[in-house]
Amino acid sequence: MPKRTDIKTILLIGSGPIVIGQACEFDYSGTQACKALREEGYRIVLINSNPATIMTDPELADRTYIEPITTDIIEQIIQREQPDALLPTMGGQTALNAAIALTEQGILKKYGVQLIGASYEAIRKAENREEFKLAMARIGLRTPASAVARSREDALRAMDEIGFPAIIRPSFTLGGTGGNIAYNREEFESFTEWGLSASPAGEILIERSIIGWKEFELEVMRDTKDNVVIVCSIENFDPMGIHTGDSITVAPAQTLTDREYQVMRDASLRIMREIGVDTGGSNIQFGVNPADGDLVVIEMNPRVSRSSALASKATGFPIAKIAAKLAVGYTLDEIPNDITRVTKASFEPSIDYVVVKIPRFAFEKFPQADPTLTTQMKSVGEVMAIGRTFKESLQKAIRSLEVDRYGFDPHPSLEEGDPEETVAQIRERIRRPDAERLWHVADGLRMGISVEELHGLTRIDPWFLNQLKDLLSVEDQLAREKHPLAPERLREAKALGFSDRRLGELLQVSEAEIRKQRLKAGVTPTFKRVDTCGAEFQALTPYLYSTYETECESRPQATRKVMILGGGPNRIGQGIEFDYCCVHAALALRDMGYETIMVNCNPETVSTDYDTSDRLYFEPLTEEDVLSIVETERRAGELLGVVVQFGGQTPLKLALPLEKAGVPILGTSPEAIDRAEDRERFKALLEKLDLTQPASGLARSVKEATAIATAITYPVMVRPSYVLGGRAMEIIYDEKSLQAYIGKAIKASAKHPILIDKYLEDAIEIDVDALSDGTQVVIGGIMEHIEEAGVHSGDSACSLPPYSLSPTLVEEIRRQAVALARELHVIGLMNIQFAIRDGIVYVLEVNPRASRTVPFVSKAIGVPLAKLAMQVMMGRTLAQIGFTTERTPAHVSVKEAVFPFNKFPGTDVLLGPEMRSTGEVMGIADDFGSAFLKSQAGAGSPLPMSGRVFLSVKDKDKMATVALVRRVLELGFTVEATRGTAGYLAQHGVVVNVVNKVMEGRPHIVDHIKNGEIHLVINTVGDKASQLDSASLRRAALVQNVPYQTTLAGARATLMAIEAGLKRKLTVKPLQEYYANP
Amino acid sequence: MGAQMSTMTPAILALADGTVFKGTALGASGETTGEVVFNTALSGYQEILTDPSYRGQMVTMTYPHIGNYGINPEDNESKQPWLAGFIVKEACPYPSNWRSRQSLDEYLRQHGIVGIQGIDTRALTTHLRDHGSQQGLISHTDLDPARVIRKAREAPGIVGRDLVKEVTCAKTYQWTESSGVWAQPNGHARHPFKVVAFDFGIKYNILRRLVDEGYDVTIVPASTTAEEALALNPDGVFLSNGPGDPEAVPYAIAAVRALLGRKPLFGICLGHQIMGLALGLQTYKLKFGHHGANHPVMDLDTNKVEITSQNHNFAVRGGDSAAASHATPWTTPHGRVQLTHQSLNDDAVEGMRCLDLPAYSVQYHPEASPGPHDAGYLFERFTKLMAKGKA
Repeated sequence: MPKRTDIKTILLIGSGPIVIGQACEFDYSGTQACKALREEGYRIVLINSNPATIMTDPELADRTYIEPITTDIIEQIIQREQPDALLPTMGGQTALNAAIALTEQGILKKYGVQLIGASYEAIRKAENREEFKLAMARIGLRTPASAVARSREDALRAMDEIGFPAIIRPSFTLGGTGGNIAYNREEFESFTEWGLSASPAGEILIERSIIGWKEFELEVMRDTKDNVVIVCSIENFDPMGIHTGDSITVAPAQTLTDREYQVMRDASLRIMREIGVDTGGSNIQFGVNPADGDLVVIEMNPRVSRSSALASKATGFPIAKIAAKLAVGYTLDEIPNDITRVTKASFEPSIDYVVVKIPRFAFEKFPQADPTLTTQMKSVGEVMAIGRTFKESLQKAIRSLEVDRYGFDPHPSLEEGDPEETVAQIRERIRRPDAERLWHVADGLRMGISVEELHGLTRIDPWFLNQLKDLLSVEDQLAREKHPLAPERLREAKALGFSDRRLGELLQVSEAEIRKQRLKAGVTPTFKRVDTCGAEFQALTPYLYSTYETECESRPQATRKVMILGGGPNRIGQGIEFDYCCVHAALALRDMGYETIMVNCNPETVSTDYDTSDRLYFEPLTEEDVLSIVETERRAGELLGVVVQFGGQTPLKLALPLEKAGVPILGTSPEAIDRAEDRERFKALLEKLDLTQPASGLARSVKEATAIATAITYPVMVRPSYVLGGRAMEIIYDEKSLQAYIGKAIKASAKHPILIDKYLEDAIEIDVDALSDGTQVVIGGIMEHIEEAGVHSGDSACSLPPYSLSPTLVEEIRRQAVALARELHVIGLMNIQFAIRDGIVYVLEVNPRASRTVPFVSKAIGVPLAKLAMQVMMGRTLAQIGFTTERTPAHVSVKEAVFPFNKFPGTDVLLGPEMRSTGEVMGIADDFGSAFLKSQAGAGSPLPMSGRVFLSVKDKDKMATVALVRRVLELGFTVEATRGTAGYLAQHGVVVNVVNKVMEGRPHIVDHIKNGEIHLVINTVGDKASQLDSASLRRAALVQNVPYQTTLAGARATLMAIEAGLKRKLTVKPLQEYYANP
Repeated sequence: MGAQMSTMTPAILALADGTVFKGTALGASGETTGEVVFNTALSGYQEILTDPSYRGQMVTMTYPHIGNYGINPEDNESKQPWLAGFIVKEACPYPSNWRSRQSLDEYLRQHGIVGIQGIDTRALTTHLRDHGSQQGLISHTDLDPARVIRKAREAPGIVGRDLVKEVTCAKTYQWTESSGVWAQPNGHARHPFKVVAFDFGIKYNILRRLVDEGYDVTIVPASTTAEEALALNPDGVFLSNGPGDPEAVPYAIAAVRALLGRKPLFGICLGHQIMGLALGLQTYKLKFGHHGANHPVMDLDTNKVEITSQNHNFAVRGGDSAAASHATPWTTPHGRVQLTHQSLNDDAVEGMRCLDLPAYSVQYHPEASPGPHDAGYLFERFTKLMAKGKA
């Protein structure tokens, strides 16, 4: 059937900010959908609150709304744009939930908008646990015994029926938020309470646990003619009981016979038909009893998902693109297979390699969180690796993770201590699955624990365990051999996936030495193509992976080419923003006529789409792997250089080694990067330019530390010198705390000194992104942070343009930024962080590379900075590309950070110097208040326009609070405050209600929050002790989704937003209109 | 691997065009020749090993890990493996599956099948794709490249060779086993028609699927004449899959020609090609054949696509001037023949029906095993045809 002509305009809903369970895979899917549908001539209206996405680039849709994804905002957009159809399957759970709300509130009907891709009924049937269970029973498929509960009483009744362990799954949540496994009544009660509050429908499913069963997933596509294909099967290394997002997964399924696989395939077809997904893709999860093959259906997602992104990258079959085409009426047999170009999309990919995905966690950022892996997803990113065998893929995936492991490094404890005790410890570690389990299992094998016993402890299939065992026995042999290995022996080891680095460790020589010998022996990787068909047809798309085989299919072209190094796995501090920049670099280079080569290992991204660059290498971003690609590409044409400034720290770390190997680094020189990053050199640079930096010192002992802190005066900001990204950074107010910090958390030593900086209390922090061609410097954007300096810049909200700075100060910032860019000879992008206190501008940090804020600034000013930077890096001047003056838009853009606190019970929500946000949203409006209001709604905590405000502030803030409370009262809110705060206010003539602190007896503030009687919380706290005292009230606010502010600056911005909201209704406007009338 | 690899016996694979791959021994030790083909199915190696249609061929599995789930007593497609050799990237020594009874290597040794592993099967597949299927030789005993290439060249090909007589049953027998617990729910009634099945190398799962339909199934040797088959008084005659060149079994073509119009006929794979030749159509050899479980076939009646299991080196086509289409049937001495199924990959004829006689056939495998069950409806179609014949 050809495409539908009865629809002209299609509304597409994005997935909003990056959160755990919903990451850049939905930028990948949304971007593919936009491209695919526009290609067909449809007018695309897009809404997404996340500016750090390719899909929100104004070229990708006809109308791009960076607005909060709420029903009233979407209704306004529908009213303005009159779409004929809504495609809700590309934006994860967020878009599906929005589509359900729009349908149930009659909005779609009112404006005559039809759902395409998935019907309301299909979404309900798939997402509502009870309906799904009934549907499965109708088609003769089994689901684990379960009961639905909407109250505590329901839950307890179900508990008696189901028994333990029981799985609690909230309906309509993503990434299994609020899900858990209860082993006893106490856990059961607390988990059901959490689950009920986590579900937007207040509904949970209590399910008989099939922990330890094997877990499989099938990616399925269906069209209007009822053609169904399975794109990919996935087998989880980790069994049932660990969320699939947190599991190591492998494609294709390894341990199913064809009969068993076909039973699963038949079931998937029946499920697609029964649920009624008739145009698009779905993900279906199965559990299989390893003892007898018993099969149960776990769940299905009637939409594109994280697994479909993985399946797309694993097979070369672009699920999102095809799903979009199916949604407008095409059938699978009408859509060509891009990779072979001779066959059609209606087939099932066959692959001749093994794909391994490993999740990446960030527990180090949440020390109070329980790091046990359960049914709720906790990972923040993932890597994928491709190899000809499982062993090779697994070891490639390990080094792709960037967790400073290049193979199965043993746990440090294996070297020391009593072996028996060590084995006991390993058993203990293995029993409780965590982020390190893969290495714990390896240690177990190393210490002689049998595969049978490990299977018993972990329920990991013996097939996988035996593979690990083989690798460890090879390690064992290698450790007993002498360098240099015979060429054939070395080749064998490389084919098993061993990195040069790990081989060096095993043979006790350097990585460089292994590399030297390897090249001498002619042991180099071959590159094979991902072709969807197991080589049955010729692959025209160069989508490549390395392996050690006999035939290389890289066929480098005789062109002028540029290589872009991507950002690797998403993690806190390095996420989608950098992928956005890499994609822009590729687009700019392509426009300039260069051949573009992308290297990355993150399957969720747009950069790893085979059509983003001319050539895609799906490879780990290590020195060894990147150099192999460089050498291969250099066999033909001219490799002009490598781009390292767009992918965050990952490629930056490779700049020096690459340069040493004679690879040109494009843009700002690694020398200049070093000058900005090396503490001493940077100090000298600032002195030369006569710029100011907060006082600081380097301490190698407790004594030195106290001396420095006394000299520069408290409060001070301390951090170990050897960690990056704000890890273990703390603000210290007195000597006692300083000693505690050094004593407890960190050991100061000559080798690992501690950095101590003067902490500028209540300073305003400023972020500047600038673009320079080496001569001219143009400011991209100056952003004023809402939260004061000391809160990590990635965790602060910010406003572009600044909302409180004097023009003189802004000019001074501009002057300093330009001076820094010139001095460093920046070619490309640079980011500078300043702090302002008492009219003095301090330079905090300079990063001569693309920063996290580049997409936000680009969207705010309507200039694609990363693209321009790429042009500049290729030798064009700013004058040549026509970007010579700073753009100052008339509208205000506010960025707000989004945090994963709701996934980690027990974590305090206070902001600090360590970054913990996973994503961001943007609010755009004509005034700061409205923009901030939108940013809060976009971040999922819409501000109240009336009601009760709870207030408790630290002593230092009390004076400033008086005026604030007056405004709160003027705006018509009632105010509750703790005794101390209320007393202070009363002394200053402001009367508010007094409410008990938690330790003052009941009802206390947490009771009020839980009862829904508080609509906004303003809570600032000082030292650790008072933080602990008040943590439960912040936690309660989080769980009840009551907006909270933990800084006075944030509270002030909140009031400005509420004021704006009371004055006028929020309106919507697409980027295209903002840019047309700047 | 790795650990074991250095201690493994070396082996060699040579192709007639002089290409050589070095690997290590798998299965029974020795030397073997056959036509080298590749199969892209991700699972189902046990079914492939025991499919008599691979007689005379050495099968390369494109998926690198083979043997992961071992060998079990249920998933056989005949009483033994028939293929000439087996070629894999990595054979799993520690199978893991609740039904597994032995490893792939053990099984191959037990049945005397010579194999090779540790070779770049993707390079081999690409080579076969570009240069066509050809004769090859696997040796564990002679590792001299020049000699093995010469032996590969000397090995007999499959064109014009009657491989059917090597795999067909010796005498007539009954089959009563159904798919049992593995049966797909189909909801339609069972019909106790009497079916005579010509065994050109029949797969067990075809027999199980015929029994699933309710039929009383009698299997007869490939050399059975039309008169002998008719003497059994069947309601319909089934023509099975089988190995090699359809032109090499003139006796079967003659039998089918004599049965056309006298009994409802249903042919699969070689049965389909034999029916084609009996109808007066032609067959030809494909460059590298269709072997896999992901082949899209368009049902021209409904314009729906089914994902099919395929294993054929030859295909049917009309006479010189006759292009196939659903709308314009071929004219044959036996009346009009309509194209019903076509490969979406290369437009090859995948199914046909006689418009003037009760007969139809498909090139691919509706019985799957291994592969998807999308085409299972074709068995039900046989019921309808026989019911019509009886009415």
